[in-house]
Amino acid sequence: MDTSFSAEDIAFRDEVRAFFDEAYTDDLRDRMGDSKQYREAIVEWQKKLNAKGWVAPNWPVEFGGAGWTPTQNFIYESERSSRGIRDVVPFGLKMVAPVIYTFGNEEQKARFLPRILNSDDWWCQGYSEPGAGSDLAALKTKAELDGDHYVVNGAKIWTTYAQHADWIFCLVRTSSEGKKQHGISFLLIDMKSEGIKVNPIESIDNHHSLNEVEFNNVRVPVENLIGEQDKGWTYAKALLAHERTGIAGVADSKRALREVRRLAEAQVSGGKALIDDPLFQKRVSDIEIELMALEFTDLRVLASVAAGGAPGAESSLLKIKGTEIQQQVQELRMDVAAHYQGVLPTELDNNVIGHEFGSAARQSYMYGRAATVYGGSNEIQKNIIAKAVLGL
Amino acid sequence: MNFDFSEEQTMLRDSVARFVQDDYDFDKRRSIVASEAGMSREVWQTFAELGWLSVPFAEEHGGFGGGPVDLMVMMEEFGKGLIVEPYFATVVMFGGLLNAAGSESQKAQYIPGIIDGSRLGAFAYLERQSRYELADVLTTATAAGDGFVLNGEKVVVSNGVNADTLIVAARTSGEQCDRSGISLFIVDAAAPGVERVSYRLMDGQNVANITFNDVSVGADALLGELNGGFAVMDRVVQEGIVALCAEAVGLMGQLNSKTLEYTKTREQFGVVISSFQALQHRMVDTFMSYEQAKSMLYRAVCALENNDADLRRELHALKVMTHKCGKHIFEEAIQLHGGMGLTDELDIAHYAKRLMMINATFGDRDHHQTQFNALSYGSQASDSVASMSDAA
Repeated sequence: MDTSFSAEDIAFRDEVRAFFDEAYTDDLRDRMGDSKQYREAIVEWQKKLNAKGWVAPNWPVEFGGAGWTPTQNFIYESERSSRGIRDVVPFGLKMVAPVIYTFGNEEQKARFLPRILNSDDWWCQGYSEPGAGSDLAALKTKAELDGDHYVVNGAKIWTTYAQHADWIFCLVRTSSEGKKQHGISFLLIDMKSEGIKVNPIESIDNHHSLNEVEFNNVRVPVENLIGEQDKGWTYAKALLAHERTGIAGVADSKRALREVRRLAEAQVSGGKALIDDPLFQKRVSDIEIELMALEFTDLRVLASVAAGGAPGAESSLLKIKGTEIQQQVQELRMDVAAHYQGVLPTELDNNVIGHEFGSAARQSYMYGRAATVYGGSNEIQKNIIAKAVLGL
Repeated sequence: MNFDFSEEQTMLRDSVARFVQDDYDFDKRRSIVASEAGMSREVWQTFAELGWLSVPFAEEHGGFGGGPVDLMVMMEEFGKGLIVEPYFATVVMFGGLLNAAGSESQKAQYIPGIIDGSRLGAFAYLERQSRYELADVLTTATAAGDGFVLNGEKVVVSNGVNADTLIVAARTSGEQCDRSGISLFIVDAAAPGVERVSYRLMDGQNVANITFNDVSVGADALLGELNGGFAVMDRVVQEGIVALCAEAVGLMGQLNSKTLEYTKTREQFGVVISSFQALQHRMVDTFMSYEQAKSMLYRAVCALENNDADLRRELHALKVMTHKCGKHIFEEAIQLHGGMGLTDELDIAHYAKRLMMINATFGDRDHHQTQFNALSYGSQASDSVASMSDAA
């Protein structure tokens, strides 16, 4: 048991720092923070990462992964989050790519993986449906074989950034025989196909990132089917475990908590700084202590994956604890904003409003409510642990 | 001992409930919030015709002569209907301050206009730095000739942009956080030197930052004693806290019943989700939270009406309980609604946002718990209900 950094690790950390110093410019930071310029800016950033070979470090090396050790992963994530650099958009790099390189054929790998690595295509995820949320296998969007095409009809919902997407990976029903988990297929669909309509959904944070995606007789070439027809559920399950590993967001929560402390130092009212309030200190330290433990839980899972294990039910634990902590930090930031915590976006300058982060705190808190719902709700994660770990 | 409402109180409650039921559905509320004023003058006139605007005022001024319980039953119903019209700002706070400290001529000048619906009011007390410390006042009023000249800025003023008349807390002597030396002034919102910029809060409120640049007022603008404004504010804030917490209890009840209803209709895994014991227990917990919040409200309203010696303690406990139960209930409501709970389209999000804004008005949970502890353990006995320090 040894968790100290080796000389190689220190050298790696210095390399990461030097790269961020040079590549992550102030201009890029500002544009990534602006929702209107976000898409263009994050793509630009991901291309820089790709040029360095770091955009998909956890992919197998043969497809473009970096072959990092868990410690290197940890170092990279810590350095990234401590500078407030947003993580890569997960849909292509972290969600569909593992399915393609694990279950796709050679042609699919050659066709899609390089474009994902270079952020040439923006992907979105077509899983949930109005009637299929936690019970994902109840999905009804239908794909019927017609010659060398599938004809897709139905609707997907809660599709993040569908408005930006070039491609959507979908679970579709190709058979209604047997158990509902059977008869589901994994299909890659070009968003420019005729018959696709994207309807925006305004979310609780008064922003638009969620959508409903309708499919009306959308023709999809059979070569876009991953693996075998009717076996998509197996692939999706493997993917969901991948989705959940990054979801703990330990490094980002650590940074967010530091930020809350910094903000609380500047809040002085009635002659006292908020940071000196014992109740506030207790709330911060409660979260900090949970995070200290979760950081090591995360490392333990990473280490076991590096040793050849697949992320399994442990990733459910990371998801539950990680999202609970994210929400607690977001709530704390709201409370620091006090009477300014409800401010909606406005044309007025922050100087006129008289507050810097009230509206941002509100937005992240409100959107943060989604974290315990998406990626398999926390209730579903508990079912997974109960079944897979406790054998209940 | 009984917990029954009088015949008049029952009639008042039913009259608001009927209005909400028949004339204020969620679509109507949405269109009112989206309007430029963020409130409906037509609805306000209906409030006047139904006599609701007269409730806390004495009969000699044309009022109903009601007390805290009358306001409580109405506010609870306003909460159920998510009413955005400025009853709280105009009647409870602006009217309450006039009631508490107005001279006969001030009452005669302003109260009839409140009652007939022609005059909207606002209480301008928050400042950029003040957080929840009522006595933290930098806005100044300097004696000049027969009257005063006001300079400074008030922020996040509820109903500030629609108000015809403002009551402004300004410093006439003493240091930034001194309780003595604060005076209240009645200021025409259209007076030269008054500038307003408006923006929105997430619960739909149209609030304003109001700057006072050499605003001259006469001697008759002084409300109550010179330098004695704090005691008046403090008392009216006590009434305000009970009214707001009554609204919160109305919101909580609606969230619980809507969530219960949803779980009885939403099917996953082939059954309604209300059949899952894990969810049943959570709804039992939110039911208990609602009952506890309601009991605390009833305790506090009795203490307020009897002006109990322990009133402050009761009110701190009420604010803590309302925050805790409100948060528990809205978080569960969103979570159990899943993706639907995260949309702006469904009313659930809006009940949650209003609860959050109530929690952030006149001090949040931590603030009141600190005050409660000070009273309980005597280390730092406080004699202000919404004051963080006991600097005097």
